[in-house]
Amino acid sequence: MAILTEEPKSTLKASQRWPRSSGAAGASAARGEPLIWISGGALAVSLAMIGGLLVLVAYHAVRTFWSVPVIRVELRDGTIVMGEVTRYDRFKPDKMTLADLPEETRAAFEKTMQKDDGWVSRRLVRTGNYELTNEHFRWVAQPEVVPDSETRPEWALVLERMAWGRFYGFPEAMVIDDKVVANKPDEVWNAFQQHFPKVVEDRNEVRRLEKRTLGDINHDIEQSRLRLREVELKHGKQSSEYQKAQKAFDKEEARLTAEYEKVGKRIEDLREQMSRYLLKMKTADGVETDIKLADIVRAYPANKLTLAGKLQVYLSRIWEFLADEPREANSEGGVFPAIFGTVMMTLIMSLAVVPLGVLAALYLREYAKSGAMVSAVRIAINNLAGVPSIVFGVFGLGFFCYIVGGGIDHLFFEARLPSPTFGTGGILWASLTLALLTLPVVIVATEEALASVPNSMREGSYACGAGKWQTLRRVVLPQAMPGILTGTILAMARGAGEVAPLMLVGAVKLAPELPFDHRFPFIHLERSFMHLGFHIYDLGFQSQNSEAAKPMVYATTLLLIMVILVLNLSAIYLRNRLRKRFEVGSF
Amino acid sequence: MRNASASASEDSRQGLSGWQAVDNRHARLPQSQDVVRNLEDGASRLKAVARGEWIPSEVHEELKHQDCVLEIESFSFWYGNKQALFDISMVIPRGKVTALIGPSGCGKSTLLRCINRMNDLIEGIRVSGDMRLNGRSIVGPSVDVIELRKRTGMVFQKPNPFPMSIFENVVYPLRIDGVSNRQVLNDVCQQSLRSAALWDEVKDRLRENALRLSGGQQQRLCIARAIAGSPDILLLDEPCSALDPLATNKIEELIYSLREEFTVVIVTHNMQQAARVSDYTALFYLGRLIEYGPTTAIFSKPHLAETESYVTGRFG
Repeated sequence: MAILTEEPKSTLKASQRWPRSSGAAGASAARGEPLIWISGGALAVSLAMIGGLLVLVAYHAVRTFWSVPVIRVELRDGTIVMGEVTRYDRFKPDKMTLADLPEETRAAFEKTMQKDDGWVSRRLVRTGNYELTNEHFRWVAQPEVVPDSETRPEWALVLERMAWGRFYGFPEAMVIDDKVVANKPDEVWNAFQQHFPKVVEDRNEVRRLEKRTLGDINHDIEQSRLRLREVELKHGKQSSEYQKAQKAFDKEEARLTAEYEKVGKRIEDLREQMSRYLLKMKTADGVETDIKLADIVRAYPANKLTLAGKLQVYLSRIWEFLADEPREANSEGGVFPAIFGTVMMTLIMSLAVVPLGVLAALYLREYAKSGAMVSAVRIAINNLAGVPSIVFGVFGLGFFCYIVGGGIDHLFFEARLPSPTFGTGGILWASLTLALLTLPVVIVATEEALASVPNSMREGSYACGAGKWQTLRRVVLPQAMPGILTGTILAMARGAGEVAPLMLVGAVKLAPELPFDHRFPFIHLERSFMHLGFHIYDLGFQSQNSEAAKPMVYATTLLLIMVILVLNLSAIYLRNRLRKRFEVGSF
Repeated sequence: MRNASASASEDSRQGLSGWQAVDNRHARLPQSQDVVRNLEDGASRLKAVARGEWIPSEVHEELKHQDCVLEIESFSFWYGNKQALFDISMVIPRGKVTALIGPSGCGKSTLLRCINRMNDLIEGIRVSGDMRLNGRSIVGPSVDVIELRKRTGMVFQKPNPFPMSIFENVVYPLRIDGVSNRQVLNDVCQQSLRSAALWDEVKDRLRENALRLSGGQQQRLCIARAIAGSPDILLLDEPCSALDPLATNKIEELIYSLREEFTVVIVTHNMQQAARVSDYTALFYLGRLIEYGPTTAIFSKPHLAETESYVTGRFG
């Protein structure tokens, strides 16, 4: 009872002590609703931005390889334009442009402009036939077109070629050994389909011979020349050893040259064999031209394709993109060397950065006595993460390529000087530069992972009589492993997407050879390489035919994102497996 | 305050060299006991302690003639400038369970952690006095701490099994010794788990992750791990404080049964627990050993009024 009587008194006192907030504002503030809206909104905005970027990239990338119909339009000035529509646009023509137009066209323009507030719509048509017209694309404004002249010709053929870009035209005749074997469009098309696979086979054989066989022979010649040079460096030109080596070299070179010529002859034969096949084509404005089947990558009658046919073209283009080498200054063909270079560089980078970063973090967290020095080191590491990546590139070029690489060249590859082996950009130096760049990520993540291992675990281990290293190895590191691998994943994602430093330390526009091949020692760390990120830059900003390269930029970007995704997923898979193993298994 | 304790420890060290001297002190004790008994208030000693005065420990006669595993002699301990233990002198009898009780912050855990030098992990600690495990000093920089910890087993407040299989947890002390003989490992694992009364529950899932065991099982696993290295002394630091009553019960039974094989020192907050499992009990207060004697004596007829008021729950 005593308590009951006292209670109202105390609440009264409490309410007197401060004014109680009342009303909706106070209530919602208490429930934290404004914060929910703010934080939720921030998340939504972030997601929308990231999602928008991904959707944009994916949309353009997926569209890139789809075949669109070929249209043919007649313009008022008499030209005939045939090609694929790649873009729609609106523009406001100024007076100067209008004044230059012929009477009839100007009238059409003005009519359209009056109707549409000064706007005129136009289309960008990929007309191809660069060797004839000196342009790949052409803008076609709607009023320029003769009304009702737009058609989709049944036998408009799209030819993707090894050089000169695409060709749009009508098949006139199929010629084999200067004899016309077909001259009606459908017969020509059938004859083409019949003979084309054989030509492709021969072409691939030529490519294989050139790359593989001739490459091997060249390599052997180079090797024997290097052996001779080594003898020269060791004993001097006058010595008997050199004379002997010279003789051996001459013999070897003669043998290899003979072999080279034999292969060259075979290639010549194949080329001749291929050039027997010709396709006579006629462009929309009536120019006839001969196209060798050997120059054609892919041909299809765009307006006759069924959905299945379109899909076939689509898939074959995607396959070409993924598995082939680039041609036409990278704006056509595939990006396989770039995929390979990116993955290999990222893996080498991980191999370099993970042990280094983990060991450094171990020392920092477990061995170093905390104090001003350790704090300074920690701050320095965190600041390292903020250094612009190009600075790392400059450092990599100066330190790795010139100092370390140059040193290696002088020590081990003297015979090849003055042409550098390791003393220039290469995949090893690029990987090490990126390893340096991503080192802070790994160190910070590892430190956090180590710190998150409860102290009771360490105490338990020490109490069993374990030493520091035993405790670290058997108890702390296994527990920290998932966190360390998370850091590795972050580092990989960061490294795989980095471009700026690579431009200085080894990524090139077109690498003649992959950094991995069948020749001992299989992994050639000194070679320059192609990289998807650099490829995007190259396509977007260094390309002659920028309009054709644009879709490739999107496709390559999507691919780079996918490659990083795959790398990350495999790292996550590895982490989960390790986690399971450390949880259940025995060491 | 510090002067008083310093002079006190000097006083206690006078002429002391070895265990024999400590025995002399025991002989001297009844005197002081009489003095205190004459005080009217049961808490006067505690007040004196709080003032920083030196109060002689009350150690029962029975402890003088025991075979000892561990002898602690005038042991003092500092965390930085703060003294946590004041001139502790006591013996831990072989093959018995000794309970250290006292209110929070009285230094009982600190004393326990001094025995296997876990306090070495903390920076800025300082000790004086001596401790001898089986006659060998374990204080000072010349002691091989790793070797010492292998001769002691420790179980902590919260179960801390390692994130590996049950088997690997138990044989961990052997693993770090480099034992890889499968037969030896299997035998030790089985024996330790049997001694820890866990064998029947886990014998079919030795390969399973230890973290999947319940809290009580985890703690018994930790005990199995602690005894796998057949230690000279087993240190339990409030082993039941994180467990439910049923699991506590099991651990208590286990401690009781371990007594035949091992010497056990247990720190506990729970006086009933101390009464149930231990043979000897030592009461600590503010870093001083107040009274130390057979458990039955401490709980039924303690020499000091303060001890009585503590064990009956009137202070602490």
